[in-house]
Amino acid sequence: MSNNIMVRRIKAAPVITARAAGLVGCQICGKVTQLGETRCPRCYAKLRSRDGHSLQKVWAWMIAGLIAYIPANIYPMLITTQAFQRQEATIVGGVIDLIHYGSYGVAAIVFIASVLIPVGKFLVIGYLAWILRRPHKLDPHRLHLFYEIVEFIGRWSMIDVFVVAILVALVRFGILATINPGIAAVCFALSVVFTMLAAQSFDSRLIWDRIKRG
Amino acid sequence: MSRDNDLVICPVCDSLYRVNAADRTRPARCGQCGYRLVLGKPDAIASVVGMALAAAILMAVVVFTPFLQLTAGTFTSRASVLDVVLAFQSDIMVPLSISVLAFIVLLPLARFAFLTYALMPAVFDRAPLPGAAVSLRWAFQLKPWAMAEIFMVGVAVALVKLSGMATLTMGPAFWAFVAVVLLNAYGDALMCRTTLWSAVSKPRP
Repeated sequence: MSNNIMVRRIKAAPVITARAAGLVGCQICGKVTQLGETRCPRCYAKLRSRDGHSLQKVWAWMIAGLIAYIPANIYPMLITTQAFQRQEATIVGGVIDLIHYGSYGVAAIVFIASVLIPVGKFLVIGYLAWILRRPHKLDPHRLHLFYEIVEFIGRWSMIDVFVVAILVALVRFGILATINPGIAAVCFALSVVFTMLAAQSFDSRLIWDRIKRG
Repeated sequence: MSRDNDLVICPVCDSLYRVNAADRTRPARCGQCGYRLVLGKPDAIASVVGMALAAAILMAVVVFTPFLQLTAGTFTSRASVLDVVLAFQSDIMVPLSISVLAFIVLLPLARFAFLTYALMPAVFDRAPLPGAAVSLRWAFQLKPWAMAEIFMVGVAVALVKLSGMATLTMGPAFWAFVAVVLLNAYGDALMCRTTLWSAVSKPRP
């Protein structure tokens, strides 16, 4: 237990986990206490040596996110009224419009934020939860990288909801042109929140605990 | 057991480390998973507090001054940040308006307040205020839900969408928001867990 901190990655020295040392660490502030304590003595966060229900929660939030993602793509995100003509645009429809205007860069941003990131997130979280249901022989660093990417990038999907809010607030020219939000904006925002919760429920310590030895 | 105060875990993989005062001055990663345990910025506290205070003040400019103006021919339409928040007014969408308000104004502001409350005494070498650690915990936990920078990218996308059909003018709130986002990013880059947490857990004299 006289494990001095290692500068940079030193793979040679074996590390000991807090759990193996009969201790539990706070995932928020890093404080270490005796195993069995339920609250961190410093920041009062809930302490869990391991979250036994982690994968169940991940699946639950992820399925909720998937369910919300379906209407988010079917129903309109934006309803534009121009000189009494009503036009509805879905997420993908909006991207196609942008390509027609020649704004390829913005089309790419919206496509990545609203389609690639959410779909990629479902696939990666699903993959991690499936792999980690029992001991694995995969490179933990790669699994950890996947997890980090999903956690970091997921919230950026919210871009499209903000775009809708700004357009609705700005384009208010009465009968000339008005933009209203469609119900898909709500579904999409819910889907992003649910998948963020899925990523947060994931107990990354599973990646390291469930390495198959030998 | 006083040495136990130097024990720290890696939040990603549960590895146990001993970090003493000297270790806090240089960056270090977890030997198992590579998580950045120490950013090695022991002087960052004053910068983090300065950032939080400046950003909180700018937030008032963001909320109370004009944000964007759109002109098409003789027609003009103005929107403040609160107009943007109120975009989802119709019945079922009201919760979304409330969430947007939280994501872009309330939660970033709450984080600035929590950081200031938790760390301000440390800047003046005083003992932490009661509840400082809980306050700092909230600053960390709210981080993913404070989406000011994402909103700013949304603004950029919306501006490009509109640039073809109308003339846009940016108000003071727009530039204040840009400043908030930049300050926030700078502050977050300095938020070394080991340093900040040791600042709020100093024993009272």
